[in-house]
Amino acid sequence: MPVKIGLFIPCYIDQFYPQVGIATLELLEKLGCRVEYPAGQTCCGQPMANTGCEQDATTTYQHFVQLFHAFDYVVAPSGSCVYHVRKHYDIIEQTEEVKRVRKNTLDLAEFLLDVLQVKRLEARFPHKVGLHQSCHGLRGLRLGSGSERILEPSSKLNTLLRMVAGIELVELTRADECCGFGGTFAINEPAISVKMGKDRIADHERQGVEVLTAGDMSCLMHLEGIIRRQRKTIQVKHIAEILNGASL
Amino acid sequence: MNEHAQKAAEFIRDESRTDWHDEALWFVRTKRDKASHGIPEWEELRELASQVKDNVLSNLDQYLEQFESRAVQNGVHVHWAADAEAHNRIVYSILEKHQVQRLVKSKSMLTEECHLNEYLIERGVEVVDTDLGERIIQLKEEPPSHIVMPAIHLKKEEVGELFHEKLHTKKGATDPKYLTEAARQHLRQKFLAAQAAITGVNFAIAETGGVVVCTNEGNADMGVHLAPVQIHCMGIEKILPRAEHLGIFTRLLARSATGQPITIYTSHYHRPRPDGEMHIVIVDNGRTAQLGREDFRNSLKCIRCGACMNTCPIYRRSGGHSYGSTVPGPIGSILTPGIDLKKYSGLPFASTLCGSCSDVCPVKINIHEQLYRWRQVITQEGHLPPAKRQSMKWAGRVLPSTSWYNFFGKLVSWAIRRFPRPFLYNRFNEWGKERELPQPPRQSFKEWHRQREA
Repeated sequence: MPVKIGLFIPCYIDQFYPQVGIATLELLEKLGCRVEYPAGQTCCGQPMANTGCEQDATTTYQHFVQLFHAFDYVVAPSGSCVYHVRKHYDIIEQTEEVKRVRKNTLDLAEFLLDVLQVKRLEARFPHKVGLHQSCHGLRGLRLGSGSERILEPSSKLNTLLRMVAGIELVELTRADECCGFGGTFAINEPAISVKMGKDRIADHERQGVEVLTAGDMSCLMHLEGIIRRQRKTIQVKHIAEILNGASL
Repeated sequence: MNEHAQKAAEFIRDESRTDWHDEALWFVRTKRDKASHGIPEWEELRELASQVKDNVLSNLDQYLEQFESRAVQNGVHVHWAADAEAHNRIVYSILEKHQVQRLVKSKSMLTEECHLNEYLIERGVEVVDTDLGERIIQLKEEPPSHIVMPAIHLKKEEVGELFHEKLHTKKGATDPKYLTEAARQHLRQKFLAAQAAITGVNFAIAETGGVVVCTNEGNADMGVHLAPVQIHCMGIEKILPRAEHLGIFTRLLARSATGQPITIYTSHYHRPRPDGEMHIVIVDNGRTAQLGREDFRNSLKCIRCGACMNTCPIYRRSGGHSYGSTVPGPIGSILTPGIDLKKYSGLPFASTLCGSCSDVCPVKINIHEQLYRWRQVITQEGHLPPAKRQSMKWAGRVLPSTSWYNFFGKLVSWAIRRFPRPFLYNRFNEWGKERELPQPPRQSFKEWHRQREA
């Protein structure tokens, strides 16, 4: 029986960055997956929950589960939304459907490496790239070891980027510091949020990065907002775009 | 805007100072990384420490009684204080009995929490903090901004200025060695004159009835060895079951705190000296209430290393004073709401939930998860600002509905594309003050997909 894959495109990617959704879908199809995109989808409910209103998010959780429970895997190009589904959908009744969705919702990088066991990619990106390790993917989903824990260093996103021909990955001074987005934090604490973003961008700039990439477009939305305001030349691209063979 | 956000914005206004503060603390975080990388079993140590503390919190009543009886057998006077007021009263009554007018203290966050200094000074006791950082902020009449490095927010030029004014050092002096020597000479006089010494407690061993104090300056020993009366103030959570557990924690503590393999002094106090008196004051002050909160009880595992502050990107860029609580930073933001939820309801929001704090924590407190949990409690208890509460209720109705979601998505994208700039970028748009809004495409992913399928 063929594996059924449901594609979840987070709300802000759907509205503002469709190219990331397109790259994710095309990449999965290139790798031989049959992907369905349930058109009724909206949001994972994280904005309410992170603001302290998870009770207001339960109907959104139910909506998500109803749309996605029949799939073998739910794949999303966002560590943050995936983490939210897996970690915080614990406040609704744990039916078989809910349990299934929580277990099978995966970030794109996890799906590529752990399920598809991708070893090589048909992509070329001859540029200097800086990887921003988005926090929820890194420390929530454990997509990498993280600089805090004393483990053998690893990073799924890094592993995938290394499969791209011509890419030059830089070492950052602070390997995995938060960019300062933090959902509603970005507007509740704008001064710190922006300062954190500026500092992250500066780290990439010091290494001569042309393209700043990440597993979460929300971090990049925040960083891009600062980059455009300050008329900087550094660009942002979601990792799915690079893995799918985007060019500048 | 909540209080932390306001104070943080003020702090950041001086950007080069913010950078200096951030770098100073990041340097400590980096030292911590290097020191812990030297211990291959670091993650196992953390797990072990966490489990020992779990055991302590589950059997706290028994361990405390065991500790008390052993300490009493050793000739120590043990006192129990339900709250800060009782703690201060007990300490003062001991000092009163011995007619103490001059007191030296080594570092103790508990006495900060209880505002002991003010209490004693009002009653005519001279209180001198003897930890260098503590002495600096005491002279400056400021609260500590960090639990391990209380004066980390001050530059050496500012310390030089302060010492010139208070200790009559040379004007314009900034050499740390010179300034430290001046403080040392000043403090020597205070140690020699003290009639009693107070210390905090890092660990209290149930099996032996002894307390352990870790310092880098030896000031706890200097105070205790010179004064006839010694008082050790501890929170109920400082207990370790047996002396053999101590090694786990001393290995973790200094590495996590400052990147040192061990603090310069690890002092063990078991009994009074022949002609002296030893007191231990065991304080609750809201800790049993926190112990009773299932989601938050393990915040009591904290060994006060401050690693979560050094790693926190928000703490580093807003300074300890922006939190307005005795214990600032991530750990303070999960401990303090338990003391006064309404007053400190902004603190659990002073975080991006990046999780770095939980991963550096040597006793594996799930700090960022507790921040998330406190946010939920704050809403349930009605302390979320009404505008935020309303907007989330509204989002809670729009987002589960495909048609409402599609409609509002289109509306927002259309508005960003079409509205003149002053309509989009004004004082109501916190995002847009220093950032551009995203540039919405003509077609959402959903619309693209529909077209592709057709």
